[in-house]
Amino acid sequence: MQRFLLKHKNKIALIGGVLIALSFLVRWTIGNMFLFEILMIAASVLGAAPIAIMAFQSLRIKVVSIDVLVTIAVTGAFVIKNYEEAAIVTFLFLFGAYLEQRTLNKTRSAIKELAEMAPESALKLMENGEFEEVDVDEVDIGDVLLVKTGAKVPVDGTVVLGEGSVNEASITGESLPVAKEKGSKVFAGTILDNGTIQIVADRVGEDTTFGRIIELVEEAQDSKSQAERFIDRFSKYYTPFVLVLAFVVGLVTRNVELAITILVLGCPGALVIGVPVSNVAGIGNGARHGVLFKGSEVISDFSRLDTMVFDKTGTLTVGNPSVMEKEYYGENVEEVLSYLASVEKESDHPLAKAVLEHIGEVETFSVENTGVVKGEGIIATVNGRRIAVGNVALMEREKVHLDDRMRADIDRFEKNGNSLVLTAVDEELKVLMGVRDKIRPDVKKDLDSLKRLKVKNLVMLSGDNQGTVDLVAKELRLTEARGNMLPEDKSEYVKDIIDKGQIVAFVGDGVNDSPSLALAHVGIAMGSGTDVAIETSDVVLMNSDFGRLPHALGLSKAITRNMRQNIFIAIGVVIVLLVSVLFSDWMNMSIGMFVHEASILVVILNGMRLLRYRLRR
Amino acid sequence: MKSATIQLETLACPSCMQKIDKAVKSVDGVDKESVNVMFNASKVKLQFDPEKTTIDNITDSIGKIGYEVKKSVVR
Repeated sequence: MQRFLLKHKNKIALIGGVLIALSFLVRWTIGNMFLFEILMIAASVLGAAPIAIMAFQSLRIKVVSIDVLVTIAVTGAFVIKNYEEAAIVTFLFLFGAYLEQRTLNKTRSAIKELAEMAPESALKLMENGEFEEVDVDEVDIGDVLLVKTGAKVPVDGTVVLGEGSVNEASITGESLPVAKEKGSKVFAGTILDNGTIQIVADRVGEDTTFGRIIELVEEAQDSKSQAERFIDRFSKYYTPFVLVLAFVVGLVTRNVELAITILVLGCPGALVIGVPVSNVAGIGNGARHGVLFKGSEVISDFSRLDTMVFDKTGTLTVGNPSVMEKEYYGENVEEVLSYLASVEKESDHPLAKAVLEHIGEVETFSVENTGVVKGEGIIATVNGRRIAVGNVALMEREKVHLDDRMRADIDRFEKNGNSLVLTAVDEELKVLMGVRDKIRPDVKKDLDSLKRLKVKNLVMLSGDNQGTVDLVAKELRLTEARGNMLPEDKSEYVKDIIDKGQIVAFVGDGVNDSPSLALAHVGIAMGSGTDVAIETSDVVLMNSDFGRLPHALGLSKAITRNMRQNIFIAIGVVIVLLVSVLFSDWMNMSIGMFVHEASILVVILNGMRLLRYRLRR
Repeated sequence: MKSATIQLETLACPSCMQKIDKAVKSVDGVDKESVNVMFNASKVKLQFDPEKTTIDNITDSIGKIGYEVKKSVVR
């Protein structure tokens, strides 16, 4: 019986509404007051039943919930024979709860959509050599699975057969298809747009990148901010306080009507729901746009940011140096490049890697008498010719003649922030290459957006030499840039500015910056869904997309604003109601309940606006 | 100790959380420290001692106070 009533609350509200409408109809048409009251009594008894059950249950576990206040108020209205008010209050309460649930579902929709992208079944290779459809929970690590065109990849795995292209929007927020072939990693929840692949399962269930993202977001949206914890504590004492207040007022004034009106007005609905609603809608918006907030506390810090500190390599720059400029001197370029490639192949220096990548596939020869001159380069013999690959100092040691044109080129390359790789064959300079790390596309525009969002200082820290760092800083118009920094120097710097009272965010790739990420108020990881990034940071930018940073900052500001508006609305409504009940005579129980429910809907609708938030460029 | 994740009907009022929290904690064998009622996700996560109670006992305690349990996973 109890469960039946609770389960059909919504239908009860509907029937109650019909009964109320009917009774007014009876009163205005045939003017039968007796029938009018009978119908109202029926409506209120029916509506009060589920509320009373909920009230009873919460009292049993010693919680004074809103249901308790409403039940007492309705009972009181009954005692003073005000059946009309009793019926309308119960109806509004139940109908309001229904609307709340509907609208709340909307605010949660972003995250729900995400969770619904979770794969449910998989085609697993059975012992008989056939693929059979099984529940995704039955897939274990090492199982071989078949993924057909249009299907979801069920687990994180490695392609063992076939090729295709995959839409990884659920993981990275990026809907451009990514090509996959044998050896490629694929992720659970992504969709195979075309092709057919077989994969071997590496991680399953909640351990997959997708599973962790969902868990992260779910935990984030339910994590409580300081404001929320305060409101929780507040409402714990607030409802019993309202009960006592109404009782005292009733005793003193002997006015039952006034006492029960206070009970209804005192319901703390909008206050307790306003803050979580802003949070859930905001975090949902982030999840849709490739920004994962790991809690609501961090959103508040993020929105008040003074300084943003960037790691250079891998954050502002792409992270692998490449040949950006080159000059050839003399003929036989191909032959010289072959010699260069042959020598560089022997080296594991980062510049050598960049040079080799640039040259591509060429014929290589065996290398003899290799000698490394520390800090300068390599000297070796290839095909009987003496090859020197290194910087200007090495050329001077080798007595290579540099003419005016070469010196001008060298100056220009250095000015552009390149590291130089010079190649001499038999003491003659043949090739000059400038290697540097590329600045990520659009970084400049994004940094400008951050400045517009009132971040005071943009600081870059890097292990590179100060000259290179200064050039990047100048190009990006940063506030400050420091070179020659080891990881511990970086965290020292972050600690320093925190001690000076600034609110600091650190943006890094999450690999060697963990101390700084952890130390900063807001650690932002440029994660391509890697474990380290997800573990150590407070905010994760999916797909290492720097362009999501302005959206993340703008969103956190919008969430904080929205939360303040909701608290303001909620408190304002309570004050207006209490003042009206004491100093005016138009206020009664039904209007009170109506305003109360309306204010709840207003804060939910206000929170919902965050779902559509977009950064204005 | 086993850990359970219980998916509930959509929770609409924050006071439901308190009720569910207390109801689940009152089941003997449930680790009180571990109980986490998630309002927005409408989930309860907890750990329990399988020798003292069962998952059915726990979901029943939630059902008794009027909230529908949609799914429960024990690991």
